Parts: sequence; structure tokens; C-alpha cells
Amino acid sequence: MAQLTYRNAVAHGIAQEMRRDPNLVMLGEDIAGAGGVFKTTVGLLDEFGPDRVRDTPISEQAILGAAMGAAMTGVPVIAEIMFSDFIAVCFDLLANEIAKSRYMTAGQVSLPIVVRTANGGGSRFGAQHSQSVENWVMMIPGLKVVAPSTPLDVVGLMAASVRDPDPVVFLEHKSLMADKQDVPDGEIVDDLGVARVVREGSDCTIAALALMVPRALEAANRLEDQGISAEVIDVRSLVPLDTQTILGSVTKTSRLFTVEENPRLCGWGAEIASIVTDEVFWDLDGPVVRITTPHIPLPAAEALEDMAIPSVDLIAETITKRMG
Amino acid sequence: MTSTRARDEGLYDYAHREPRLPAPENRGNDRLDIPIDTRLEMYEAQQLLRQFEKRAYDLFMQNLVKGTSHLSLGQEAIAAGFARAQREGDYTFATYRGHAHTLARGADPGAVLAELLGRENGILKGKGGSMHLTSVEHGMMGSYAIIGAHLTIANGAAWSAQMRGSGQVAVCFFGDGTTNIGAFHEALNMAAIWALPVVFVCENNLWMEYTPIDLITAVPNPAADRAGAYGLERIIVDGNDADAVYETAVRVIDRARRGDGPSLVEAHTYREQGHSRADPAKYRPPAEVEAWKARDPIPMYHERLLRLGVPEGDLSTIQQDVARRVDDATEFAKGGAHPGEEHLMSDVWADGGSAWRN
Repeated sequence: MAQLTYRNAVAHGIAQEMRRDPNLVMLGEDIAGAGGVFKTTVGLLDEFGPDRVRDTPISEQAILGAAMGAAMTGVPVIAEIMFSDFIAVCFDLLANEIAKSRYMTAGQVSLPIVVRTANGGGSRFGAQHSQSVENWVMMIPGLKVVAPSTPLDVVGLMAASVRDPDPVVFLEHKSLMADKQDVPDGEIVDDLGVARVVREGSDCTIAALALMVPRALEAANRLEDQGISAEVIDVRSLVPLDTQTILGSVTKTSRLFTVEENPRLCGWGAEIASIVTDEVFWDLDGPVVRITTPHIPLPAAEALEDMAIPSVDLIAETITKRMG
Repeated sequence: MTSTRARDEGLYDYAHREPRLPAPENRGNDRLDIPIDTRLEMYEAQQLLRQFEKRAYDLFMQNLVKGTSHLSLGQEAIAAGFARAQREGDYTFATYRGHAHTLARGADPGAVLAELLGRENGILKGKGGSMHLTSVEHGMMGSYAIIGAHLTIANGAAWSAQMRGSGQVAVCFFGDGTTNIGAFHEALNMAAIWALPVVFVCENNLWMEYTPIDLITAVPNPAADRAGAYGLERIIVDGNDADAVYETAVRVIDRARRGDGPSLVEAHTYREQGHSRADPAKYRPPAEVEAWKARDPIPMYHERLLRLGVPEGDLSTIQQDVARRVDDATEFAKGGAHPGEEHLMSDVWADGGSAWRN
């Protein structure tokens, strides 16, 4: 058992998989010599050498293209896109090439790729380095999408993503990097497509992702004091999506709140709201409510960014009001 | 300037521009040291590509080929020359104008034609279509329809070959228009710094889509004149001469296989038809079209083989054999069923399915 930070868990999970599979390689900007701008890849160059841990130019298309070409010819790859906002620079590779090639070639091409990227706000970086882009990638058929909220999940879901034969976008939250957790020794492998009930409750269900999970938990503790028993689900994996865990919880509690860091329109919670109203509508006692960042670019100033991203206060207040 | 005034002044009147004629550089000739059997194979390959593309056009006119298709008529020598210089196991990456490259690597013409017809016996079961032809078993790693991306993907295949020490070389074909998109430059830089075993081949057919490439590019030779920026040799070859293409291909592929890094080749050629099926290509100067038709790669090569002593009858036999193969391919394609619903929802994931939730 060792205590790991979220950022250390990234390197821990990658190292576990690179030891297991000598063919696995990784590439990205500043990942080798510098150990990553978020220090998530520290130590990997020393252990695995420059042939397997490669620094690249600032060329996001070339990074994802290299990952795709290597993967389709038998070399599994972990590619880092430094900030998830930069996915916009290489969206063609992700959305048009990596996501679609297996289908377009009737299964001739296999693409074992993990695209790791630092996602989310809270760092006062402004509108181009703070976005939560999970909905950008979730909407593309052919991509799997995971977003861990704890160090242990980082390790386990990293292993699951690497071992998955399909392309996975792995979203590491910038504001969780310093979080700590005890992580057991030995190999840790999780499963994609499994949500987790992180707090049991009976009055309402809160579905949250990544940074929104600890905030939802804290909000649930406050709600308890007000006599509202909230069940909190860490969605963890957007594609595949564990709808059964969510539907099961909603059937029990009869209310659903989603807590999303992404801007309002087309957030993942909208899809879950649609599924819930479609499939367990008669089990609901009230409307499905989405708590999201407003539909604005994220501002830089501390005061403004904190107003924008759902806070514990906002979550608790919204639920209190809508449950009332 | 308003668009009306621009038109009045003839700025967009490309049909009355000076014709751009074939460059004199690096042309093939009878004396190149290429075995006659190799030349006959390239002749046969060019015949197959030509007759196949003409058949594809006919089937389009009969409304059997749907959507769009981008033909390689006039550009066959490049595909034939490079494919002959590649080894089994080498990789090919092509654009949406990829029928010729797919066939040149040995994919079955019937399965390719069936794909154009959207049939279940198509090489992609009808799921990819004309612009995405792929035959991994032949090293044909895909046809890519978004300009630029596949240069970076070819790098990845070359990187993989380099890591595995397999000796494979990736050859990546693209058009002149591709040289102005960012991915082209990202790919060349990465290939150069990693000394990847990859050969980039610009098929410069002088027309982006409907715009002359020289009007929208900072240098006269869109690929070759930029090679120096990446520390690469400036290579131009007559893309209408299979021997010239082959000789250059052998040289740059050997270089890549030896571990000496990438090359960028600019092959000058001409699209004998429009950009795609919808394009009658009336914007081209008639003198330009005529000059290039006079340099049609197949009659030129035919004449060379006669000069080298190949009997006319041998060439006729090749032509007729190819014609039979194309007829057979047509029958095979037309006989295919339309794909059923089981193909609609398959092959999104490695497990064969498309489930995104439980």
C-alpha cells in the first residue's frame, strides 16, 4: 500500500502497463525529459528509455497520426495531448480518422490507442486552457471516453484503457492532480463502462464526473444535515456508459441531478437525462435537473471562474431548491 | 476587389491562362536500366488501372456507382511505378483518389469495384466506399479523404516499422493541394527528426480542385521546393513515365529501408478528367489538356516497349487479358448483394459491435 497523488498515479498506471507490455510506447510534448507539464510522466523516460517514451514537436496532428499509424501496424500507443483544449487542433485525427477507420474498413484496422489529456478548469488558465471537453469526444462514434476522479481509478482505468483494443480518450483532471489516496500494491486493473456508487442514499441520485465527484459528495454531506439523503454516482466512463447503475439508482431514489463541468449545451448529462426520462419516466417523482457550467467560455479571474464551474454551494442549493 | 470585377478582369478565367506544360526534369528514357519483365509488369499495371477507372466511370454513368469517385486517369504511371518498387509488406497510404494505388498493390479488382457499387462483396462490405479503399493484407493501409491527415498516419506506420526493425517502408501519396495544409508540414518535420522510413509522394496534377495550384502556392513546385525546409533533397520526377517513377522510387525506398530517413518526391502529372465525377473540368486551358494528352503515360509507354523490341502482339495480349479481368470484376461487383442490416451496426468496436451503453 502506498499513498499516491492523482498526478503520480498517472505515471504509476502507465509504468504498470509498460512493464507488462514491452511493445507499448508513448509520445507527446515534454513528456520525456521534462516529465510532463503536469509532472504526470515523471520517471518514465528513466525506466523505459527514449525509444518508448518520446518527446515530440508541438504538432498535435503529427502526434495523433503517429499514434494511429503505429497502432494500426501492431504497436499500442499512449499519446498525450498536453491540454484537452488542444484536441481542437487535431480533431480531424481523432474524430475522422482514429474513430472511424475500423468501421470504414469493415474491421480491417485495429487501433489500440489511449489519448491522455489534461482536462477541466480551476487553474485560472482562461478560456483556452481550462475547458471540459468530454462532450466533444463523447459525441463521436468510435471513441471510448473515461474520466477518473481518484488516484486509484487513474491507475485502474489507465490499465483498462491500455488493454482495450479500441481508442480511448483518457481525461485527467487538472484540479485533482494533488489529491491523495492509498493505492494497493500489485497489479491494478479496472473495467471500462462501469459507474460506481460512491455514496448511498435514498432521496435523490447525483451523477457526477471527475472534479464534480468530490464536490457532489461534499454537497451530499451537507444535504444530509438538511434531511436529504443523496446517492452519488461517479460515472467514470462516458463511453461505454453504465446506464444500468444510473437507472437502478434513479428507480430507487426517484430523482436525478447531473453535475457537469462542461458548458451547458450537449453535455453528457443531457444524454443521461434523455435515457432516464425515456426508460424510467414513471419512476421519477420530479424533473431531471442538470447542474452545469453556464454556456460561456471560461473566464480567467479566480472570482469569475469559481462562479462558472459548479461549486459545492451551487450543487447543494440547487438540489435543496428543486427537491423542495 | 469585388468578385464581379475580378471576373471581369479575368482573374478567375483559368481556361484562358497560359497552359502549364510538362516539366522537362527527370524524364524517363529507353536507356534506363530496367529489366523488360519489370517494364511489362508496369505496363500491365497501368493497363489495369486505366481500364478499371474507365469502367468505374461507365458504371457511374449507368447510375450503378453512387456518391462520388475521384479517378486517376492520366496518373497511372505513378501508382504503377511505386508499387513495383515496393516489397511485399511495405505500406501504402493514399488519398480519396486511391483506386489506382489499391489495385497497384494487388487488391482484387472485383472487390474494389463492388465497393464502389456499395455491395456486400466489396472490399469494405460497402461501409467505406470509393474514398476509403483499404486492403491491409496487401499493405494498402487506407485511403484518406481529409487532406493532410494520412501523412501523419504514414509516419506512424514507419515509426512502428522502425521500432520493430522490420525493414518495412511506408509510401504515402497525396495531391498538390495537400502541400498547403498544416498536417503536411507537421508530418515532414516529424519524419525528418525521427529519420522515419517513409516516402512522401506528391502527385502534382497542377490543379488543386478547381484552382491552378501555382496561383495559390508560394513556390512553383509545391512539394519539391519545400523539401529543403525539412533538410530533404529536392526531387522532381516525370510522373507520366513509369520508368522514371520506378527509378526514383527504387532509390528513395532503398534509402528509407537502409535507415537513411524520409524522402519527398514531387511527380508531375495531369488529371485527364475533372476533380471528381461532378466536374466536367471546363476551366482548363484546351492547349494544356492537349499537351498533356500527348504525354498520356500509357501510349508513351506502349511506344517505348515497341522500340525496345516487345512485339505488338504481346502488348495486345496484355491489354485483352486486363480487359477480361475488368469484365470479370464488373460481373462480380454487379452480382453482389446490397449489404444487409447486420453490417450497419457492426465493426465500430473490436468486439465487432457498436454498443455504447449497457
